[in-house]
Formats: sequence, structure tokens, C-alpha cells
Amino acid sequence: MGHSLKRKEDARFIQGKGHYVDDIQLPGMLHMDIVRSPYAYAKIKSINAEEALKIPGVIAVVTGKDLEKYNLHWMPTLMSDTQMVLPTDTVMYQAQEVAAVIATDRYAARDGKEAVMVEYEPMKPVIDPYKSLDPDAPVLRTDKEGKKDNHIWHWEVGDKEATEKLFNEAEVVVKEQMHIPRIHVSSIETCGCVADYDKINNHLTMYMTTQAPHAIRTVIALVAGHVGLTEEKVRVVSPDIGGGFGGKVPVYPGYVIAIAVSFLVGKPVKWVEDRSENLQADSFARDYHITAEMAGTKDGKILGTRFKILADHGYTDAAANPSKFPTGMFSIGTGSYDYQTTFMEADAVYTNKPPGGVAYRCSFRVTEAVHAIERITDRFALEIGKDPAQLRMENFIKKEDFPWKSPTGWEYDSGDYHAGLKKAMEVVGYDELRKEQAEKRKRGELMGIGISTFTEIVGAGPSKDFDILGIKMFDSAEIRVHPTGKAIARFGTKSQGQGHETTYAQIIAEELGIPAEHIQVEEGDTDTAPYGLGTYASRSTPTAGAAAAVAARKLRDKARKIAAYLLEVSEDDLEWEPGKFFVKGAPEKSKTIQEIVFAAYTNHPQGMEAGFEATHYYDPPNLTFPSGAYICVVDVDKDTGEIKVRRFVAIDDCGNIINPMIVQGQVHGGLTQGIAPAMYEELVYDEDGNILNGTFMDYLVPTAVESPSWETGHTVTPSPHHPIGAKGVGESPTVGAPPAIANAIVDALAPYGITHLDIPITPYKVWKALREKGAN
Amino acid sequence: MIPATFDYAAPASLEEAFSLLEQHGDEAKILAGGHSLIPMMKLRFASPEFLIDINNIPGLAHIKEEDGYLKIGALAREADLEHSELIRSKYPIFMDATKLIADPQVRNMGTVGGNIAHGDAANDHPAVMMALRAEVVISSAEGQRTVPIDEFFYGFYMTAVQPNEILTEIRIPVPGAGTGNAYHKMERKVGDYATAGVAVQLTLDGDGVCTYAGIGLTNVNPVPLRAARSEEVLVGHKLDEERIELAGQYASEDCNPSTDLRGDEEYKRAMVKVLTKRMINKAIERAKS
Amino acid sequence: MKKQITISVNGEKHTLEVEPRELLVHVIREKLRLTGTHIGCDTTSCGACTVLLNGKSIKSCTVLAIQADGKEVSTVEGLATAEGLHPLQEGFKENHGLHCGFCTPGMLMRAVELLEHNDNPTEEEIRWGIAGNLCRCTGYNNIVKAIQYASAKMRGEETPSTEPEFV
Ligand SMILES: Cc1cc2nc3c(=O)[nH]c(=O)nc-3n(C[C@H](O)[C@H](O)[C@H](O)COP(=O)(O)OP(=O)(O)OC[C@H]3O[C@@H](n4cnc5c(N)ncnc54)[C@H](O)[C@@H]3O)c2cc1C
Ligand code: FES
Ligand code: FES
Repeated sequence: MGHSLKRKEDARFIQGKGHYVDDIQLPGMLHMDIVRSPYAYAKIKSINAEEALKIPGVIAVVTGKDLEKYNLHWMPTLMSDTQMVLPTDTVMYQAQEVAAVIATDRYAARDGKEAVMVEYEPMKPVIDPYKSLDPDAPVLRTDKEGKKDNHIWHWEVGDKEATEKLFNEAEVVVKEQMHIPRIHVSSIETCGCVADYDKINNHLTMYMTTQAPHAIRTVIALVAGHVGLTEEKVRVVSPDIGGGFGGKVPVYPGYVIAIAVSFLVGKPVKWVEDRSENLQADSFARDYHITAEMAGTKDGKILGTRFKILADHGYTDAAANPSKFPTGMFSIGTGSYDYQTTFMEADAVYTNKPPGGVAYRCSFRVTEAVHAIERITDRFALEIGKDPAQLRMENFIKKEDFPWKSPTGWEYDSGDYHAGLKKAMEVVGYDELRKEQAEKRKRGELMGIGISTFTEIVGAGPSKDFDILGIKMFDSAEIRVHPTGKAIARFGTKSQGQGHETTYAQIIAEELGIPAEHIQVEEGDTDTAPYGLGTYASRSTPTAGAAAAVAARKLRDKARKIAAYLLEVSEDDLEWEPGKFFVKGAPEKSKTIQEIVFAAYTNHPQGMEAGFEATHYYDPPNLTFPSGAYICVVDVDKDTGEIKVRRFVAIDDCGNIINPMIVQGQVHGGLTQGIAPAMYEELVYDEDGNILNGTFMDYLVPTAVESPSWETGHTVTPSPHHPIGAKGVGESPTVGAPPAIANAIVDALAPYGITHLDIPITPYKVWKALREKGAN
Repeated sequence: MIPATFDYAAPASLEEAFSLLEQHGDEAKILAGGHSLIPMMKLRFASPEFLIDINNIPGLAHIKEEDGYLKIGALAREADLEHSELIRSKYPIFMDATKLIADPQVRNMGTVGGNIAHGDAANDHPAVMMALRAEVVISSAEGQRTVPIDEFFYGFYMTAVQPNEILTEIRIPVPGAGTGNAYHKMERKVGDYATAGVAVQLTLDGDGVCTYAGIGLTNVNPVPLRAARSEEVLVGHKLDEERIELAGQYASEDCNPSTDLRGDEEYKRAMVKVLTKRMINKAIERAKS
Repeated sequence: MKKQITISVNGEKHTLEVEPRELLVHVIREKLRLTGTHIGCDTTSCGACTVLLNGKSIKSCTVLAIQADGKEVSTVEGLATAEGLHPLQEGFKENHGLHCGFCTPGMLMRAVELLEHNDNPTEEEIRWGIAGNLCRCTGYNNIVKAIQYASAKMRGEETPSTEPEFV
């Protein structure tokens, strides 16, 4: 623990021996390409495949009508809504799948796709979510019996009346309208699969880019059980994954079509989407319109908050949230501050945009919540003229008040927010920077300092509250130690770059004393790994990591018994130090874990089960609540609006740290994914529902030039309920960075009376805002 | 993304290339660096039936000074400019520009000739070449002709190069003493096409009077634009703040940018003004050093 | 309309029949089965497909295989030698310069050429030098460190500490 062990998995990746989905080539494998809709909303009048089928190599064109025969044209979403696999009559968003071309190679499939002729009758789409509830808006989901509007669900939490009263009476009330933009995970590997159905044995092997292989196997069985693909006939294999970030949790139509085709023709079918398809059709993230309000006193006491959300889900609710939480963990949005009055409500609507709402490196809508609370907190500080760091210090929940009950019902496990912010301020040199800023302001130069002190909520989750499609959100570990003392450990999670092969081995090494290099970690094959809900929402360490520790402790208990037997003493006379048991007071009388394991196979006590294996399904008693204090410094060019992020200091608290190198790496990566929506990324649609930036030419993923040199650090407040006191870190930076950056930019512009800008804050947006205020 | 089918030849001489052009006419496309053409073919925005790869033709990759000109052969790559001692020491404007064109890998392939021949006002070299008053040498089976850069761009993807012709060289008058030049574009992220870009070359005499001004604009007009009125206010004068302001003002008025995700018309005009002023000042600084 | 081409890949000559439209990346991955070179986009933006063509880093998704006829291609698979890992490979491993590994082969091949032109690049030069390679995982800090590590090693100097600066 606490050791920056170099990663075990790297050897293959740096030598080109990673094994990703598109690397799989099976004998007789067919290729699939997908015809997509150019319209956001249209009736399909006809699909003519005649020309396509003439192309050498093209063997079939599959449409919704073909799938309808097997009742495979619709599938459930993770939120128990329904989504088309292929349409039979209507397309609901631009780039929606319309037909699939199957060919003997990639090139023929692409030629076939170009040759399929589809006749559409375009209809007026609903693009603006605010207009989707207009009485004259067309009802989009006519497939749903009795559906009379585009409303999906309403959600609320908190005390509405008390909050209203508070806001009516408060000395200070601030309010901003914010949009957390529709963005895309854009892992560098797109999504894809090879569906390999073996007709003779009636068995499907599905190689696919999935973060949750077990859940997918269950979903496949639910969708295709009626055609004979019951769960024992399905094996899902998730090979190396080139980044997931939540985008590889959902089931996309392409996967289902590939399975259907493989099932029908009895050959393997590969589908790997292009980047444009990935950006334009796969699940988006965020897209919350939030009215955020804060009430407080003139001298800076936060008294309450109110958030009203309009969630644009596209044409179906394909968000990836636990069933009970349609807005995910948005209710963490009261933040790191000590007050008890809040009211939050949300309405979700259908529009003619791609479905989604995935938890993009985020524990289900926490990013949206943190942006709202951290922005409105700064807004409050600006309003009363108080330094935003000072204001936060005065309102933080105190270290001694944990566990702390939030007004929305969470029990924050532990935290020391003052320590985090203090450290961040020291590292960045806060007071000096404020002085420099004052000087610059006198000269008319624009410099800004932005803070975000967030509380995260991760590790979903306790099974009494958390499930996906009814499956409880535990996770699992299975450890088998071989007679020679080397181990293989398997998990229900799936790394997409988080370094599980190393950190899990470290946890087991810590608990069992077997060197990490002798512990092989495996994930991703449903035939071998124990059932688990997969990796997303920073849940792997809190759940599977905990399972590893508990399973290892079970083995240690067994080891104690064997050691007592071998040393002919009672169990109570033994003491453990990593790697061996020794007799109290006689350290020379000891048995190493290797000797003990060997005995478990060769010389175990009578009556004891042979072998040395343990499995644990860990059901966390609570979530964990990591936190962070981030400070960003920007310089803004008044004439062009260009923004330079000069410094960015991130102090994270994720409890006990297993591998500092990997934790820091996660923070770096998340920070770059935080600056992305803060300054560069947003999926933009015009009023007809055409996507305006559906490729990497215009969807601006930051390069090493845009990405600042991150300065990172940590404080440690262990989780009291986690077996090793760890909290999970993967997404804190993605969540915490955007408001720090936005706050810094708005701080720079504050002298001109600018109080808020929606992210992404681009030079163009800054220049426009300054222009409106007559500044340039 | 995969291009449609086409046939291909890589002639070893210009003559061979001309005869292939003759044979295939409109259906054929020249392939130089391929980094504008192949991306378009992959997206099937372009589907030529025949590609004539000129990369095997010797004698087209030079960067040299000769007869009072800087001569850049059609196959000189962006990376060749970056690594050329001549360019590094005498033509800083190309160092400004190449750094901002795409990325290192693209610059290893993309040619300066192709950058111009593509006829896209979003590309960066057209503006630079306008500021430098380049001439374009165009060859065909009939011989050679030279077209001033001002007359080279016809329209979107259309240039003076005819279907039977090949751009073989770009010639830039070697600048005299007291010359400075500079280029900058605003981009949303590195490697992006310009939100707006401005190239400036100035020559100042011993008294600081401007004897030559060339100003070219990137991506703010349907075709690459020379800011002629801006040049005029500079030439014959000492360059004080007022003149520079006016030059910026004229450039912003004379361009015709379109609104897109990079910004609206007003913003782009404003950026043309800011950049024009900044590049004039930078060129003056360089002229003096 | 297939044509015969001969390319040398990591020192090994291959003679192949290709359609003129076949992209070099597809030939490398699917015909030669060297799958270390990846595809991450369709607009020449991501650099995951970067290989060396006659020693120059290029995006193999935007070069036709036929353009490589008679030329030498180097891919990540050819980077390590009998003596061991290339200093860049070592640098990436030691400095945690990769998470999912998908961008890594392209980054490595780009960095090879970067260090050839500049054996002691500054952080700024490295960042601009890898501007054609997207990484969604690492935030680039450690990629910069990895390249600095390799450059020190290749100059025969002591390599910088690989401990994370995680205060
Ligand atoms: C990701 C990416 C980003 C880019 N960013 C920028 C940028 O920021 N700025 C910029 O300026 N450019 C940019 N480009 C374009 C790049 O610089 C191209 O290389 C350049 O525009 C064309 O040069 P080429 O040699 O590749 O031409 P090709 O693609 O080979 O040819 C382009 C066109 O010109 C014709 N042609 C080429 N050479 C000749 C010739 N000698 N005679 C007659 N016709 C000829 C071709 O037939 C074709 O129609 C970018 C490209 C990519 C892929
Ligand atoms: S795949 Fe070649 S640049 Fe993205
Ligand atoms: S390590 Fe995943 S994209 Fe770079």
C-alpha cells in the first residue's frame, strides 16, 4: 500500500501487444457497416438494397423489418425505456442506425453502405428541450401507448416549502441559469464487437468493448432468450479496452445487430464503428439545463440552495443510472457546505437527439451537481464581495462533524475540507496571486483565480438502494492461490486503463503477503470471472477492491488455521506479519504464506477443506465520499478572448492510497477531461437536428498543447467503512475541474460585471460577453 | 472511412505525368502529400477515378534561393520548410505558419504546393504567399507559365491550375534589406483551421518609411484574400499607431467571413483587425532587427 | 485492379497485392497482422495510427499502402530490440505514460522522430511535438515525463526521477 509499483499491464501495451476488439480476426469473419439517417426525424418510405447487393462481397442488407420477424427490433435501455435496434418506420435522430450491410470485408461493407438507397419523408424535429413540452410540440414517442407529451419523468428531493420560505426571507439570493453541455466521452478506441455464434453448439461468444461484461450477458439473455440465447449459452469477453469513461456501459444497436446476423448466418460478424459514428450516435453525457439558486446572509453564511433541472435525454432515456436514481447522484449537489435547506427537482424530456446520459467519468450526474453548487457558491461570494476561498472556509462541514447527514439523505463518511483547501492555497500561493490580480486589474489586464471544493459520491453501491435493471450493485473477487504460492485473482469489474492488474494485485499482496508480481489479475470474461457490475462511476476500488481485501482476509483466516496446525500451537498464539505467521514470543517459529499454501494442498488438517481459494461478493455498507480542492489561474486576452490556463493545482482526498502513481495518473487524466468541457467540447446541433461537429476536426478533444501542466497533491482522510480505507478517485478531477476553470474565467471578467458564462467557455464566448459589456 | 475505388499510377517524370493527365482528363487527380485529398476521399466528398502520384518525380522537392527568388518545389513538405536552414534564418513567416499547420505527422506529408493547389481559403499558405507576392509556376505538356498569386485562386477548390497542368514551383522574390514578416492565426485548438489568420510582410527604408506592404488573410473570405486597402495605407508612410489601426480596420472591413462554430461574422472581423495590427507590429520588429 | 507492392516492415520485406485505395493502416493491421498500430478516428486527427515511413512519422490512416511501395515502414512492434526495450518504451512504463494503452503505439512512434530532430526537447517542444496524437486517458503530464526520461537516457545522461510529484 502506498507504493508506486510500476504497472504490470504496460509490458504488452508498449510493445503493441495489447489485444483490443478490432484486433480480433476469426476465420470466416464477416464485416458489418451501418447505414445511418441524414435526418433527425423522418418517416422511412423505402429501403432499396438492390445496388448494394450487386457489389462483390456484400452478402446481406439487414433492416428493422428483418429484425421484427424475430422481435429483435426494439431493446430495453438501462433505464427501462425502449430503444430501436433498427427502425421499421421512423428515425428519431440524425445518424440513427437505419440498415446494416454485411460483407466479406470492410471495404465491401463500406461500398455497400454507400449504395443502399433510403427514401425518407422528413418531419419537423423537436430539438430545443424547452420547447419539447409545448402543447403544440409533436409527440415523439408514438410507439408508447397513450403517450401524450414528451415528458419522461419528474424527480424531486428536499423540502420545497422550507426552501421557498428561506428564499423569500433571505438577505441575499443569487441565481444563475446554466447549461452543462452535451458532451461525449470520446475514448480513443471507439466501440465495437465480434459476435461469434456457433450454430452447432448453440453458443454465442461476444467479444465487445464493454465496461460491464456480466451485466451485458444478462441483458443479451433478456433480449434474445426467446430465440434460444439463454444466459448459459452466452459468453461475453471484454478484451483490452481503449478507454471507456462510461461510454462503454450501454448496449448499442450495433452490438445487437451483429449478434442477430451472426445468429442467422452462423458466422462471426465484426462491427467497429468509425469515430464520426461514435460521436454522432453513441451515448452522450450531461446535457442538463439547471437553474441554480443560493440563499445566504450578507456576511457570507450559506443557508440554502435550490436547483431546477431540465434534462434532455434525446429520443429515449438510455441514461446509465441506478434504477432508483433517475438523476443519478445529483442530490450530492448541496456540496461541501454546512446547511440543511435545499430543494431540487428535475424533469426529463424527449427530443430528436441521440439517446444517452451516460455517467461520463462521473458517478451518475455528480459533475452536473458539482458544477451547479460550485458556480453558485462563487456567484454568492461575488455578490457579497467576499473572497471565495474565505467564504468556503467559513461554510465547510467541519472535520469533527462527520459522518454528516446531508439534507438530501446522504451520510458523508469522512472528510477534511479545510485541510484540502488550505493545502491547495499554499501550493498555488493564493494570497500572492490575489495581490497580483489586484495590480493587474488596475492596469486593465484580465487575470482570474477560480476555486472548486467539491464532494464526490462514489462506489455504488449498497444493495438496499442500488441496482441496475434490478441487479444489485455489489462487486466481486475470487482469489485462487496455487500450491507454489502464486495466485490468480478474478474480478467482476473491467479495467479500461485504470490499472486494475496492478492495484488489485497490490491489495491482495498487502493482505496476504504474496508479492504483487506473483498475482495475476484477470477480468472481463464472463465464463471465468465472478459476477459483478463492472467498472464505472469510480466504483472498482470501493467495491471490487474491497472484495479483494475481504476475500484475502478469508484466506488469511484459513492460513492461520493451517499455520497453527503446522506449528502445533493454538491459533491464538499466532501473530501475522505480511508474508508469514509466527508464534508469539518465538518469531523463529514461523510459517511463510507460501509454506502454508503448499500445505493447503499437500498436508492440510483433517476435516479442513483442501485448497486455497476464496470468493467474496462485497456489498458496501455506504458509499464513499472523496473530496478535492482545486484552484485554477487564468489570463484572458481582452482583445481576442483567448484564455490561458496558467496554473492548475488539484489537491485530492481519496482516502488511503493503494498506488500513488496510479492515483496521480487518474487525476491528470481526469483534469484534462475536465478542461475539455470547460473550454473546448460540446456536441452542437442546429435547429433541424443536424450535428455541427460530429468529427474530431470540430469536436475539440484537447491535445498536449491545450492541456496544462497539472500540479497535483493529496490529503488523506480514510473512509471509515471501507476495508482498506480507500474511497475511489477516477472521476474526482473530471467533476471538480470544470467549475474551477469556469470560476477562474468568470473571476477574470468580473470587473466588467460578468457573473456567469456557460461552459465550454471559448475565446469567442468571452469576447462576445466582453463586447456586450463594452469592454473591447 | 474508406475511399471509393480508383486506379493509380506513380509516374517517374513530368512528361509521363502530363500524358497520364491527357489520358484521364477531369477524372484524374494529382496526389502530392495527399493530406487534403485522401481525407476527402475517405469521407467520399471526393471520388476521383484516377490518382497520379507525383511523389516519384525527381527534382520537385527543392527549397533554394536562385535568380533573386526563393524557389519552393511542388513536393517540398511543410516539414522540409521547418528543417530548412535557409527558411529558419531568413523567412520567419514560414516558421510561424508551419508551426500552426496541422501537426507534425501531417506536415511530414503535406506539401506547400498542395496546400496552395487545393484552393481552400482555410489553408494557411495562400495568405502567406499573398503577403510575399509569390508567383506560381504551372507546367504542362505545352510548357511552363507563371501566374501571380493574386490571379491564382478562382473560387472554392478552384485555381488557375487546369486539368492538364501541374503546379511545379512557387517563387518568392527574395526580400530586400529592412524586410520583416510574420504570420499568426487564431485556432480553437492546435492544428485547427484558422478562425482568422493574417500574414504580413513589410519593408522599411532607413527612415522607417514603409516601401512595401503585403497582407494576406486566412479563412475569412470565400477565396484567399489580399488586404489591398490595408497595404495601401501603409506604403509610403512611417508606421504610426494610427496607420496601423487603419490598416487593421480596412482588413476587417474588406474580408467577408462566414458565421460558423468558430465564431460569427462580427467576431471574425474583429479578430482580423486585432491580428492585422499585431502582425504588422511583429513584422516591424523583425524588419528592424 | 490490384497492384503488387513491396514494403519492408520492421526490416522484413513483404510483397503484397493491394487495391490502390487500401489504406496503409489496414494493410499493416489486417494483412500483416501487426495490430499494435491503431485506428482512433476518420479525420487524420488522433495519431493512433502513427508509424514511420522511411523514418518519418506519418498517420498511416491517410497514406495509401501503394504509396509505401518500395519504402520502409516501422511500427511499434519493431521498437524493442534483442537488447531490450527502446528507451521510450521504458520511459512510458517507468513514468506511467499510459493508461488504456490505445494511443501509446502512436505516441511512441511519433516520439521516436521527435527525439531524432531534437535530442533534448523542452516541455513546450514535446507538447507541440505530440500535438497530432490524442490521448484521452493520461492528461499528457506523464507522457511528457516519459519522453524527457527517454531523451536523457538516449543522451547517456542520468534519467530523471520517476516518483510521482504528488505532494
Ligand atoms: C488533420 C489535418 C489538419 C490540417 N490542418 C491544416 C491547417 O491548419 N492549415 C493548413 O493550411 N492545412 C491544413 N491541413 C491540410 C494539409 O496542410 C494538406 O497537406 C494541404 O492542404 C495539401 O497538401 P498536400 O500536399 O497534402 O496535397 P494533396 O492532398 O495531395 O492535394 C490537394 C489538392 O491539390 C492538388 N494538387 C496537389 N499538388 C498539386 C500539384 N503539384 N499540381 C496540381 N495539383 C496539385 C490535388 O490534386 C488535390 O486536389 C490539414 C490536414 C489535415 C489532415
Ligand atoms: S486513425 Fe489515423 S489519425 Fe486517427
Ligand atoms: S492511454 Fe488511453 S488514450 Fe492514451
